[in-house]
Amino acid sequence: MTALPDLTMHAALELLAKGELTSVELTQAVLERIAALDERVRAYLRVTADLALEQARRADERRARGDTAPLLGIPLAIKDNIAIAGLPLTAGSRILEGYVTPFNATVMERLLAAGAVIVGKTNLDEFAMGSSTENSAFFTTHNPWDLERVPGGSSGGTAAAVAAGMALGGLGTDTGGSVRQPAALCNIVGLRPTYGRCSRYGLVAFASSLDQPGPMTRDVTDAALLLHIMAGWDPHDATSLPHPVPDYVAALQPDLRGLRVGVPREYFVAGLQPEVEQAVRAALKQLETLGAELVEVTLPHTDDALPVYYLIAPAECSANLARYDGARYGFRAPLKPGENYEAAYARTRGQGFGAEVKRRIMLGTYALSAGYYDAYYRKAQQVRTLIKADFDAAFAQVDVIVGPTSPVTAFRIGERAADPLQMYLADIFTLAQALAGIPAVSVPCGFDAQGLPIGLQFAAPPLEETRMLRAAYAYEQSTAWRSRRPPIVETLPVTQ
Amino acid sequence: MSLSREEVIHIADLAHLELTEAEIERFQEQLSAILDYAARMQALNTEAIPPTASVLPLVSVLREDEVQPSLPRTEALRNAPESLQDCFAIPPLR
Repeated sequence: MTALPDLTMHAALELLAKGELTSVELTQAVLERIAALDERVRAYLRVTADLALEQARRADERRARGDTAPLLGIPLAIKDNIAIAGLPLTAGSRILEGYVTPFNATVMERLLAAGAVIVGKTNLDEFAMGSSTENSAFFTTHNPWDLERVPGGSSGGTAAAVAAGMALGGLGTDTGGSVRQPAALCNIVGLRPTYGRCSRYGLVAFASSLDQPGPMTRDVTDAALLLHIMAGWDPHDATSLPHPVPDYVAALQPDLRGLRVGVPREYFVAGLQPEVEQAVRAALKQLETLGAELVEVTLPHTDDALPVYYLIAPAECSANLARYDGARYGFRAPLKPGENYEAAYARTRGQGFGAEVKRRIMLGTYALSAGYYDAYYRKAQQVRTLIKADFDAAFAQVDVIVGPTSPVTAFRIGERAADPLQMYLADIFTLAQALAGIPAVSVPCGFDAQGLPIGLQFAAPPLEETRMLRAAYAYEQSTAWRSRRPPIVETLPVTQ
Repeated sequence: MSLSREEVIHIADLAHLELTEAEIERFQEQLSAILDYAARMQALNTEAIPPTASVLPLVSVLREDEVQPSLPRTEALRNAPESLQDCFAIPPLR
């Protein structure tokens, strides 16, 4: 029997609806799991136990009155760059020290209205800049599958929490792969929506033309369930899309007859861990068995996504992070006698930001500065057009594109931290979809010889989340990878 | 592509970042390596290619300019390191 904290959201919702489980019981079980494991995993920056139990009590009351809100009583983990009114919001940075946010992000507003229970705020790379959580100003999160290894990033806290049963699901944010890569490294599902599908209002801004919040869950059905609640137009975000939101859950069908699956030849290259390649090739074969037709496609500018991303995202971040001036919120460095505002501003930022954030602000400022704008920033935007055109051409031939999420399984803590370029290479398969603004989802597709999870990525044209989820669902339902639990969970006494 | 120490200091100045000596040295090396990697883009002919600033299929999203409820002043000032007479207070400009 599955322990309560390891239930999928939809399975828990069924039990809640039948009256066989209360949200208070479920939330308590999750809080006990956190107490048992999080000292070692360190997924949470803050556990909101009192708030969670209060929300759970209210959810049970609502249900008793006949309320059938779609997330009523489900405990979630929220990445700490998403605003929840009345709670501190750190974005993993010292510069937001002491900041308590007065408002809810739109996606939180919707999840709370749907009855979600908030178990806590999870760790991340500072301002979501990183692929391992090692850039968090507070501590590094450990991968529940191997505590010596990173959970991926930047949404590594939510990924580790969901993988270890310290929440039933949660939210991350994806700028260049920050939902999908940690999902792959922790054996969960992570979905990046079409750019504009979900409101960015209340997300701590990193790169505004790329940022999207995304669900992180134990299976595809749960991802569809969360996305359905999160998605839709928001008057607070002029870049949110007005298109109607389909019922993603209702569209899930385990039948792929007639589906054309694009396999980009550029995704099977040197640097891809052999076990990852084997697992992805086996998954492609499985899709074929399910009735899909495999078609080789080419995305010629795949290798250009890395330099393009690492110019565009830093350029946008250098502008967005100008707001951390020590005037309106957060940390302010102490002033020396006779010093003026400008000196205080520069010292606040010098002391408040960590190394990676400063590195990206510097890189972005350089790319936008006089004399370099055309050679770097404008050039990167032009190549972004070519990357998008690659996908447009491929999607004229195929319905979805499938490949690896991450070139490697979880790497050791410290292994890549000293070399920023090595760390950036962890994102090579997730950057292009973000630059093109298309949806993509990572689902579990196997394990390497050391028992570390491997992720399979499905991408679809803009606003074709339904098609993408259906393909991912059919694959998932024909495999059992998702039901494997991390060793630290397996060794817990049965009651936890 | 190699960034000089002066260039690093100039960029830090533009970005309002006070850097330590060690950071200046480290960034000089690391930023040079990253820009070297980015130089591969220069090999692509993009002469006739328009830049993509946004992937959205939307144009000119406008709304009526109407007064809406907003954060009360006390709430807005609650997170300020220093406030004075209902305003944010900052160190002297000069």
